[in-house]
Amino acid sequence: MGEPKAGYTAHVRSLDELLERDRRREEDGFPRKIRVGRMIKPGKGDSKVVVVPTTVEEKLVHDPNFRPPEEGDESLGGTGEGEEGEVIGETPVREAGEAGEGGAGQGEGGAHEVESSAYDLGRILTEKFELPNLKEKGKKRSLTRYTYDLTDRHRGFGQLLDKKATLRRILETNLALGRIPDPQAVDPNELLISPEDRVYRILSREKDYESQALVFFLRDYSGSMAGKATELVCTQHVLIYSWLLFQYDRQVETRFILHDTEAKEVKDFYTYYNSRVAGGTRVAAAYRLVNEMVEKESLAKDYNIYVFHGTDGDDWDTDGREVLPEIEKALTYASRVGVTVAEHAYGSSGNTEVERYLKKSGLLEKKPELLRLDTMGEDAEEPRIIEGIKKLIS
Amino acid sequence: MELINQHTKAIMEGCKERARSAGLRFEDETLEYIVTNRDLLELTPKLMIPTLYDYWVHDVEVLKEKGRYELYPGNPYETVINTRPAISFYNDNNPDWLNVMIFYHVLAHIDFFQNNIFFRHTWDFDLTGQALSDKRLIARLRARHGRWVDYVIEFARGIDNLVGYFEELARFDPPAVTVGSRRLDYYFDVFLQEVKKVRAAEYLREVERFNSCCVHQGALGEDNFFVEVLRKYPEFETLYEKSLERRPARKGDLLQYLMEHSDFLKREENRWMLSVLQVIRNTSVYFQPQIRTKILNEGWASYWHERLFLEDDRIRGHEVDFARVHAGVTSLPKVGLNPYALGMRLFEYIEEMADKGRYSFAYQKLGDAEARRRFDSGAGKGRETLFAVRANESDFTFISRYIDQDFVDRHKLFVAGKRLNRSRMTWQYYIKSRKAADYRQMLLGDLYHPPHIRVAADKARDGGLYLEHKFEGKPLVRDYIANTLLGIEYLWGRPVHLETSEPVAAAAAGSNTAVAGAFLSAPPERDGERPQITWRRVLYTMENRELSKVPLA
Repeated sequence: MGEPKAGYTAHVRSLDELLERDRRREEDGFPRKIRVGRMIKPGKGDSKVVVVPTTVEEKLVHDPNFRPPEEGDESLGGTGEGEEGEVIGETPVREAGEAGEGGAGQGEGGAHEVESSAYDLGRILTEKFELPNLKEKGKKRSLTRYTYDLTDRHRGFGQLLDKKATLRRILETNLALGRIPDPQAVDPNELLISPEDRVYRILSREKDYESQALVFFLRDYSGSMAGKATELVCTQHVLIYSWLLFQYDRQVETRFILHDTEAKEVKDFYTYYNSRVAGGTRVAAAYRLVNEMVEKESLAKDYNIYVFHGTDGDDWDTDGREVLPEIEKALTYASRVGVTVAEHAYGSSGNTEVERYLKKSGLLEKKPELLRLDTMGEDAEEPRIIEGIKKLIS
Repeated sequence: MELINQHTKAIMEGCKERARSAGLRFEDETLEYIVTNRDLLELTPKLMIPTLYDYWVHDVEVLKEKGRYELYPGNPYETVINTRPAISFYNDNNPDWLNVMIFYHVLAHIDFFQNNIFFRHTWDFDLTGQALSDKRLIARLRARHGRWVDYVIEFARGIDNLVGYFEELARFDPPAVTVGSRRLDYYFDVFLQEVKKVRAAEYLREVERFNSCCVHQGALGEDNFFVEVLRKYPEFETLYEKSLERRPARKGDLLQYLMEHSDFLKREENRWMLSVLQVIRNTSVYFQPQIRTKILNEGWASYWHERLFLEDDRIRGHEVDFARVHAGVTSLPKVGLNPYALGMRLFEYIEEMADKGRYSFAYQKLGDAEARRRFDSGAGKGRETLFAVRANESDFTFISRYIDQDFVDRHKLFVAGKRLNRSRMTWQYYIKSRKAADYRQMLLGDLYHPPHIRVAADKARDGGLYLEHKFEGKPLVRDYIANTLLGIEYLWGRPVHLETSEPVAAAAAGSNTAVAGAFLSAPPERDGERPQITWRRVLYTMENRELSKVPLA
């Protein structure tokens, strides 16, 4: 047996402490520096996510991503046979992009570590960023999962003495036996204790009832979304997911839907996050698909349903003639529909199609409890994203 | 973390003997520790130095590293730090035979640290000891000034990549004193050209007169030459004397400039910050050579662990295990760069070339491929050349000097391009070039190269600090400018200006996505429609923690 060993870092601060420090920065007049980052391991089905704090040490450095146009495509080194100009391999553009550190991400269901980590993030979001709690819309549904609790009472044997119940029983017995002449002045030394008077609690299997949430994440992946808008939407979606996970104590299911002019469901967040740059934009397709899914699988009766949609605001359906009826339909069953518009830096603010027709429809005022809209610039920072989440779910 | 046991230390000492007899040179004393993967994770942000000062950003990094480990469990074999004595860490799950290989690898690194001239300033320096004392200093300051110590660390680290590493090196290896007299230099280089501004014809006449004086009058030539000069320019002697008094000002880097000139830092209550800046600067300077010799250093270590391991009699029976691990470390990737692989092959190539006497004019002038292939003058200079390369090169010179077409051809190297195939909606990787020049250029483009930013004292106004970024074809990372300047403003105590160049994209015809700056986030480009770039100088100003930017004419 060796001596217990101390680390070199006598004391690595916890995430909470680090976030506290970050809050202090603001008081001291410096911008915040810690981002709650996510790392995903690329892989389909078994993609795994961990939540980590990240921070950048800003320095004056050359931009490594910059390439003068005349130099053309990105160049790498390589080795092997082949003539100049020969193609040596290809990767599809649409499905799998490169996933890497720093990207947003969340796998679906599955591995426990994933959940616990996202759960932690949700807790941090709830506690540190002071997000409001969602109202429970309340269908209780029995789960196939059981928890064990010390609820079964047994007399004479057991695991844990229930002192209060035992005492009550002893008093009853002694009262019956006439051993307590004055109930106002009980002398415990005089009490008889029967073995049957001892009440114990033992573990028993309890059915767990919890409300369940089902979240639809809808993302516009049309051509115009390339780059920062996508990053922003995905980051916000993973934060929302984490937060719901915490609120619903891990009973959250997720469905991911991508749309350009057509909508399709994809099987995991990895695909959701990494699919990029398709064709034009028709927002209605996405909501229509959600409505169909909810109807076909009769999801509304079993779940609190949330729909979060991220877009850059472009829509070929410029006045919302197709999309508004679909949204209205969704509002009949959803606990919340939250729309995030990540505006491109070069557009004029507040003037995207989605924002215009939503405002014009009056739905935002009519059903403020059900429909929310948040518009931000595509290069919004983390605090702004959190702010946006508050707006969408408070 | 504990020292390796006596059994393993004995293996190490055996490795040292064999490495020495093969020509490697390093100090007797070394320290080896067994560590766990977890230890390594915790050490990573501290540049593997257990005694490095504490800083909360390191904690963030540790948490991040742990997260990464959860996703990608790695099993690093070793790390070495360049200190006196050299310290190396070994993973607790290495078997003996593997340790033999790793020990050779490590010894080659140590040899590299202790002989490569880019590490000259670290040769007589015990970094771990220094770091420990720095750590205590910072802890002491933190007890008194709290989190403000961390702000100062942060702001100093924001510019610690701009340290004057080469000036620091130059102090150890000053340029050789020129032969000839300083008076002569002054006369020809300064006096005639700058003071008298004589015409070329007259200048040449003077050169000729000097030459003839030397030829005809031998040792007295120079003196006699100046007799004539003084008759013509009586003021020369005085001016010359004066020029000797004026010493060329030391250039100094930004951190040094702040330490010497910031009124804010000179205030009594802020003086403690100077020592923090000094710690950050020293640490940074110490690590500068590391990033500039990656390919060289790893190549050198890989070259030697292969040679020495295969000759080692103690590992019989593990050749196949070795081959597997070795190949994992040193195989050339189909696409991408592996510094271990490239460096090792380049060393092997250089050795062969020098052995056959091919670094010679006789070889270079051969035009016939077959004759080149057969050329072997039996020079046998291989090892000697290798050791010279190890001592004198950095990645930059290593690549530009020794990667030639023969090397590229031999290893079938190429520059790979990536392009979008619209009809198939795929990224295609293709062989873009097999020319050595292109390959070198690609490698050089990826090497570490901090921007050249100097203090332009002549342009400063109203006590502000004016920084000038020398444009080298690349913009600075724009997102980082605000926070970095914020830090500099804090340390300077007055507004800070940064002059730099930024690209302006002119809208390509028929496209409305390429608006100024927008192409930096790389919108999907249309075939044959690349946006044109023009550059303009801009001036960033950080004043009262607010950043502003104006274009310069």
